[in-house]
Amino acid sequence: MNRTFKPTDLLWYGLLAALALLPLVPRLLANSFTAHVCILILLFASMAQSWNLLGGYCGQVSFGHSVFFGIGAYGAGIAMVTYQSTPWIGILVGALAAAAASALISYPCFRLKGHYFAIATFAIVEIFNRLFMVWDWIGGAMGLDYPILDDSWKHFMWSTNKTGYYYGALALFVLVFSLVRWIERHRLGYYLRAVREGQETAESLGVDSTRVKLSAMALSAFLAALCGAFFAQYNYRVDPPMVMSLDMSMRFVLITILGGVGTFYGPLLGAVILIPLQEYTRAYMSHLGTGVDLIVFGLIIILMMVKQPRGIMGVLADLKRLSGPARSAEVK
Amino acid sequence: MPLLDVQNLTMRFGSLLANCEVSFSVEPGTIVGLIGPNGAGKTTLFNCVAGLYKPSGGRILFDGRDVTGLPSHRIARLGVARTFQVVRPLKEMTVLDNVLVGSYLRHRNPRKALAVAEECIERCFMKAWRDKPAGDLTMGNKKRLEVARALATNPKLLLLDESVAGLTSTEVREMVTLIRAIQDSGITILMVEHIMEAIMPIADKIVVLNGGVKIAEAPPGVVVEDERVITAYLGEKFSQRLKARREANGNA
Amino acid sequence: MTTFFQVAIDGILAGMLYAIVAAGLTLIWGVMDVINFAHGDFLMVAMYVSYWLGFLWKVDPLVSWIASAAFIFLLGVVTYKLIVSRCIGGKSAMAPLLATFGLSMLLKNVCLNRFSPNFRILSGTWLDGKKWEAAGLVFSMPQVVTSLFSLAVILVLWHLIRKTRTGWSIQATSMDREAAELMGINTERVYVLVFGIGGACLGVAGGLMPSYLATHPEVGSLFGLIAFVIVALGGFGSIPGSLLAALLIGLVEAFAGFYIAPVFKYVAVFAVYLAVIMVRPKGLFGW
Repeated sequence: MNRTFKPTDLLWYGLLAALALLPLVPRLLANSFTAHVCILILLFASMAQSWNLLGGYCGQVSFGHSVFFGIGAYGAGIAMVTYQSTPWIGILVGALAAAAASALISYPCFRLKGHYFAIATFAIVEIFNRLFMVWDWIGGAMGLDYPILDDSWKHFMWSTNKTGYYYGALALFVLVFSLVRWIERHRLGYYLRAVREGQETAESLGVDSTRVKLSAMALSAFLAALCGAFFAQYNYRVDPPMVMSLDMSMRFVLITILGGVGTFYGPLLGAVILIPLQEYTRAYMSHLGTGVDLIVFGLIIILMMVKQPRGIMGVLADLKRLSGPARSAEVK
Repeated sequence: MPLLDVQNLTMRFGSLLANCEVSFSVEPGTIVGLIGPNGAGKTTLFNCVAGLYKPSGGRILFDGRDVTGLPSHRIARLGVARTFQVVRPLKEMTVLDNVLVGSYLRHRNPRKALAVAEECIERCFMKAWRDKPAGDLTMGNKKRLEVARALATNPKLLLLDESVAGLTSTEVREMVTLIRAIQDSGITILMVEHIMEAIMPIADKIVVLNGGVKIAEAPPGVVVEDERVITAYLGEKFSQRLKARREANGNA
Repeated sequence: MTTFFQVAIDGILAGMLYAIVAAGLTLIWGVMDVINFAHGDFLMVAMYVSYWLGFLWKVDPLVSWIASAAFIFLLGVVTYKLIVSRCIGGKSAMAPLLATFGLSMLLKNVCLNRFSPNFRILSGTWLDGKKWEAAGLVFSMPQVVTSLFSLAVILVLWHLIRKTRTGWSIQATSMDREAAELMGINTERVYVLVFGIGGACLGVAGGLMPSYLATHPEVGSLFGLIAFVIVALGGFGSIPGSLLAALLIGLVEAFAGFYIAPVFKYVAVFAVYLAVIMVRPKGLFGW
C-alpha cells in the first residue's frame, strides 16, 4: 500500500531469492530424495495456499478441493495420454474447467451454513471420486499412465534429474503466492476478509458477498488445478484415489491449518513441517509397520488443535507477545 | 424532493405485523429522529430501508429511485450507509482495515482508499486505535468505528441505529458533536434513538412509532407536546421540563 | 415384484444400522455443535473389540456387544476430556472437527499398524449364516437382530432424552449452555455423558456387526461419512430425524445399487443429500 520498502517485502523477496538459488547448494538437489522433498514442499505449499484463499481468507471451509486438484491433474493427463500432445494445453483447459466446475458447485452451496456446507463439500468429492472411477474415457479406475518421453519443458517431464521439476514447482509457488500477496493488498483481499468476519456487515458496506465468494472459489479452483497438473506430471500417472480423494482434500486443509489458516506464510510453514515429516517417516520408519507417518501426523494435528488452533503462525504470534514490552489493550 | 421517501411500508414476519403502513420522508441535509418504545418496529423499518429485509408491502424511494426490496449491498452502493444497533466490528481485522472495507466501495486504488479511511478515522477520533484489532475495542470505540466505517463509503444518507446507547454522558456529547459535523458536511441522517439528550437538540424532525404504526411526525418541540407521544413513550417528566423551560423563555 | 421388496428390505435393514450410528452423532452434534470426525472409527474400534473377543475367547457377538459398548463409552469420555473439551468455545469453530480428524487418523492407523489391513471375518458365531424366509423374501438373521438392537437403542435413547431428568438436562444444555448452567445443571458432565452415550450407541452396533461384516481398519470411514450425511439430512440434533433419514438413505443406497449399478450406491446417497439440502438448507427436521 505504501510504496516504501517494508520489512515484509524484504522477507518475501529474500525468500524468493533463497529458493531460486537453492539448487546451487551442493548435493541438495543432487540427492534425489531431498530434491523430492523440496519439490513436494513447494507443491503442497502452493496447493495449501490456493485453499487458503477460499478457506482461510474468505472463511469458506471446503473439504472438496481435491476435485479441482483432480480436474487439473486429469487435464494434463488427458492431454498427454489420450491426445498424445503437450501437457500445457491440458493444464490450461484443466484449470479453466476447474474454475467453471467450482462456479457450478458453489452457487447452490453458498447458501449453506457452517457444518452443512462442510459436509456438502465431502459429498461432492465422494461423488466425483466414484464417477471418475467408472468414466472410461479418462481411464476409469486404472487411471492414465504416462508414456515415456524425452526430458523437456515442452513435455514438462524429466526422468534424469529433478532440477526441471524443482524450477517448475518454484514457478508454481511464485505464481500462487504472488497472486495471493497482491490480493491481500488490494480490494479483493479486504472484501474476502470482510465476508469471513461478518457477511451481513460486509454487505451493509456495499460488498457483494456472493460475487466475492464466487471469485475466491474460482481463483482457488484454478490454482488448485494447476497444482494438480504438476502433480500428475511429476508422478507420470493419474488415477482417482490418487488425486480425487477426501484424504487429499484433508491434506490441503491440514497443512494450512497447521501453518496458520488465513495467514500468508501459514501454508508454507505447514508444508515445511508436514511434508518432510511425512516423507522421512515413510522412508525411515517403515520398519515400524505401515501407517506410522499418519499416526504421527494424527498426533500432531490433535496437539495443534488443542494447544493453538491458529497454527504455527499463532505460536509465533504468542512468542512475540510474550517477549515484547507489556502493552495494555487500550491506549487511553 | 425528499432524499428518502418511505410510502406505506409494511413488514410482516409470519403473523407478527412489525411495521404497518408507515409513511414519512427525509429531506436532504436534515437530521430526522426515529423514536418509539421498544418493539415499536424502528429497527425493522431501518432494516427495510437498508435492504436487509424485503418489505411485505409499500415502497421506499431513495433520491427519487425505487429501491424497495433491493439487497443491502446494492443500496449501500447507491449511497445509503448504516450502523448496527448491536455493534458488528469485523473482529479479527484492525480498525484501519475495517474502515478500508468501507472506503474501497468508492475507490479501487489502495492509496486513495487508504487516504479516505485515514480521514474518516481522524474525523471519528479513532486515530489512537488505528492498528488495534476491532474486537479488542471498548463499546464506545466500537460505536465510533461503526460510524467511521459507514462514513468511509461516502454516503448521501446515513442510518444510525442507537449510536449512543451504552455510552457515558461525555461520550454521548462527543457523538452528538460528531453527528452534527457529519450533517454539516452535507450528509443526511436518519437516526433511531432512545436517549433524548442525543436526539432532541439536533433533530430537524422526529418520527414516532408505536406498535408498528406511525403516531407522529413533527419537529421535536411539537412532538413532545403531542398527547399520544407522551402517553406512549416520553413520560411526563421530560415533557414537563421542556414545557416549563419554554414557558420560562417565553416570559423572559 | 419380490425383487423390489427384497431390495427394499435390504435397504431398511441397512438403514437401521445407519440409524444407530447416526443417533449417537446427532446427539453429540445437537448438544455441543461438534462434528466428531472419528465417529466412524469408533465403530471400527468397537468391531475390533468384538472381533478379538470372538476370535481369542470365542465370545459371541451377541454377548460381546456389552463389552464393546462399555469400551467405546469410555473411549468417548476420554476423547471428550482429553481433546474436545480443550477445543470448543475457542475462536476456531473448526478446531474440534480437525482435532477429531486427527484422532480418526490416529485410530485408523494404529489399528492398521497392529492388526494389518486384512479383512477379518468371524466365523462360527451363533447367528452366522442364519436366514429367515417368509413370503419368498430372505431376511438375513444377523442383520435383523442388529436392526432390532438398533431400534431398541434408539427407543431407549429417545425415552432418555424426552422423559428423564438427565434427558432434560441434555436438552437444556443443547439449547443454551449458559442458561443451563445458571439453573444448576452441570453442563460439563452433560457433555461428557453425551459423548459417552454417543460412543456406546456405536459400541452396540460395532459389537454385533462382526457376525456378518468383515472387520478392517477402513470399515468405519464410509459409515462415518454416511452418518454425517444422514445427520445433516435429518437435521442435527433430531433423533427421529436421523432415524427417518437413515431409513431413506438405506433405501436409496439399496435401490440405486440394484437398479442402476453398484458403484452408484453412494453417488446416489450423496446426491440425495445435496438435493435435499438445496431445498431445505437445515435438513428435513433441523432447527
